[in-house]
Amino acid sequence: MLIYAVCGAGIGTSVLLKSNADRVLLDLGIEASVKAVSLEDAIDPSSLAQVLLITPELAAEVSMIRSEVIVIKNIFDLGELTQKLSAALS
Amino acid sequence: MQTSLFSEGAISLAPTSSSFRAAVADSVRLLVSAGHAKAEYVDQVLENLDKLGPYFVVAPHVAIAHATGTGQVLSPGLSLLKLERGVVSGSNENDPVQLVFSLCTPNDLDHIELLSKFARAMSTEGVVNSLLNASAESGIREILEI
Repeated sequence: MLIYAVCGAGIGTSVLLKSNADRVLLDLGIEASVKAVSLEDAIDPSSLAQVLLITPELAAEVSMIRSEVIVIKNIFDLGELTQKLSAALS
Repeated sequence: MQTSLFSEGAISLAPTSSSFRAAVADSVRLLVSAGHAKAEYVDQVLENLDKLGPYFVVAPHVAIAHATGTGQVLSPGLSLLKLERGVVSGSNENDPVQLVFSLCTPNDLDHIELLSKFARAMSTEGVVNSLLNASAESGIREILEI
């Protein structure tokens, strides 16, 4: 499974989000590859990502895409990530 | 390899700021004065903010300003401007913002280790609260170098 962690530039918050998502998925025993990407990559029609992780301010920008969108309010809250990822992927 | 998350001079404390935009600019300037980025990087981050809104407000009271920084970044770096009284960014979930971090990286790979370390530190229970209560640079360094 391919998961995109999204931010405006693809180098900052997306990398933090990826880092924490990797930890949570490992704990949950879910096999998935998480990639930090820019908003531009996220809305690319050829994107193969099944799930997008994104912060609330950017969520409206990806409303047209096919991937499942998970909005993360606090990227440092492992509890929120665990709950939302397990609900979406199980 | 960088052993500390923050270079000398990359942490600053202030009573408050005139706006969220001004606070972001001041925080990014810390990266410039610490030698991590050229002055033009400040403009790139502000353009990003103007275009996309306060999307880098990523946790309650926490912003992490950044841009792709093409050509303007000299080395991977993190900075922090801590405000005693927070400013409103427009991010409904997480205002007011008191911890204004900035990040820069010359390419997609050099900063992964730095950011993973930073993510681990910030995700440790109680760290954000401790930072909000910190009143000196030395205390902030101690909290984050865990």
